[in-house]
Amino acid sequence: MATYTTTDTSQKTGTPMATDAQSTSDVSSDGAPSKAMFEPSANSRRSGTLREKPNPLIECDDLSIFYGDFRAVSGISMVFGKNEITALIGPSGCGKSTVLRTLNRMNDLIPGTRVEGRVSYHGQDMYGKEVDPIEVRRRIGMVFQKPNPFPKSVYDNVAYGPKVTGMKVADMDGLVEDALRGAALWDEVKDKLKQSAFGLSGGQQQRLCIARTIAVKPEVILMDEPCSALDPIATSRVEDLMSELRDEYTIIIVTHNMQQAARVADRTAFFTAQAAEGNGDRTGQLVEYDTTLNIFGNPADKRTEAYISGRFG
Amino acid sequence: MATIGTLSRQVATPLKAERHGDRSIASIAFLIALWVALAFAVVCLAVLLIDSFVKGLPRLDSNLLTRYSSQVIPESAGARAAILGSMWVIVTTAVLAIPLGVSAAIYLEEFANPRRWYNRLIEVNLQNLAAVPAIVYGMLTAGFALAVGLRRGIVLAAGIALALLILPVIIITTREALRAVPAEIRDGSLALGATPLQTVWRQTLPSAIPGIATGTILALSRALGEAAPLLLLGGLVFINYDPDGLFSGFTTLPIQIFDWTGRPEDAFKEVASATIIVLLVLLLAMNALAIIIRNRYQKRW
Repeated sequence: MATYTTTDTSQKTGTPMATDAQSTSDVSSDGAPSKAMFEPSANSRRSGTLREKPNPLIECDDLSIFYGDFRAVSGISMVFGKNEITALIGPSGCGKSTVLRTLNRMNDLIPGTRVEGRVSYHGQDMYGKEVDPIEVRRRIGMVFQKPNPFPKSVYDNVAYGPKVTGMKVADMDGLVEDALRGAALWDEVKDKLKQSAFGLSGGQQQRLCIARTIAVKPEVILMDEPCSALDPIATSRVEDLMSELRDEYTIIIVTHNMQQAARVADRTAFFTAQAAEGNGDRTGQLVEYDTTLNIFGNPADKRTEAYISGRFG
Repeated sequence: MATIGTLSRQVATPLKAERHGDRSIASIAFLIALWVALAFAVVCLAVLLIDSFVKGLPRLDSNLLTRYSSQVIPESAGARAAILGSMWVIVTTAVLAIPLGVSAAIYLEEFANPRRWYNRLIEVNLQNLAAVPAIVYGMLTAGFALAVGLRRGIVLAAGIALALLILPVIIITTREALRAVPAEIRDGSLALGATPLQTVWRQTLPSAIPGIATGTILALSRALGEAAPLLLLGGLVFINYDPDGLFSGFTTLPIQIFDWTGRPEDAFKEVASATIIVLLVLLLAMNALAIIIRNRYQKRW
């Protein structure tokens, strides 16, 4: 029988989570066969140092997000860990992108957006009155679904952030090189720094966007389905890059691709949309948030299990 | 086997289109009506052009460009004052209208909250302003000049009237150019910690400049051909000096043409035709410039 137990995984990856696994192993004994498809990759945490509880960097406490009168997301409470990759998965319209855009106040740009509850960053209320959203975005960068390089040269794309944010840069060339190396793009573009960024392939453009983001030295990088416009080879390069960036940055990624979450994320949160009583508006909510191993190997909630085994969404 | 039978019958049916009625009398008549309408427009334009060229070509000489108009000897009258006057007026118009129009468009497109009633009011009125007859702007400017104690018939007043005339057009085309810049560019810039103003200044506006330039040039070429508001302001007709500043009296090509064509002497009609050619060449050059800018800098997002 293809039953997939967490004990197996923890042996494979060497993560010290056997106690966790044993306490919940009876839940997974009904074992949907397809679970093995999403077996968390051994790469997702090579060193096996994932803490049991995340070291809090961003915390959401009973977070609800509204577009006008429409309640898009309701009652999210979760902790994003420092130097971890956290994946948000779930069917379309479940509010995962909305939550992501709330974490660096990009949602402010949509008129009529309102936030209830608390989002804190290093313990400070991110939506406090004295907080400048520009400053938030300097610390918490974002990479978008569609590669969106500026209509400028490769070099200027990377140098743009440090220039507009007024960073004191003694050696811009060095900074650009470091950022491009950090995004594993330097070797491919070092001879065409002065050429238009539109001349790069889609995957290169997306890594350029990552380079552009790390050039301003943020602490957190939010990624909104960063690979959905890329082919499998470019996707795997970006995923490798995420694993490398984890040592220096905290990464939160929204993805439609469950295999991707299983491959790269340390922790995974599963969202779904619940029809509200009365008007039938669908509101996103957090179903389950756990280590990626548990979400894919041993989900506690039936809905999570149904989703990851491909029965809906 | 029934499926295959159905399939073969489908293939066997000839692919004729009679039933769709493209060859019915009604549709052919409609097509002819469209052609007649088009032909009417083209023929009218052609007659005007040919008439101007036939009458005007003999007078299209250096006198036309270098001499002033004359009541005494119309045979050697020139449009020098009108050409220079048109240039003065159009440059004044551009200097007044472009910064105002572009700034207003940036505010409306990038910063105004469309939920606020006053922004919606501005929006609606902008569309209406674009449809206001040109002469109304002439009257407005004349009233304004009177109120501040300026003479009406000066370059500055003409520039103000024409700038007001084309301001709505510039605002509307600039907004369209800004709207064509993908939201991803703005988001990318803001997500890096750029301020909204930096984003407009360094990303959105540079990307929109080809569209803005095209719209602005087309608006200016409309202003160049405009006579009504300037007549109302009292543009002069027989002047024998070059306009030399914002407070100088002026005439422009359309005014000069309007005046000459109203005079009985045939010589004036000839010089008017020649001046029409000059005006047409200028307008075509401006429109060509707009097309060149549009094609060369067209962004492929």
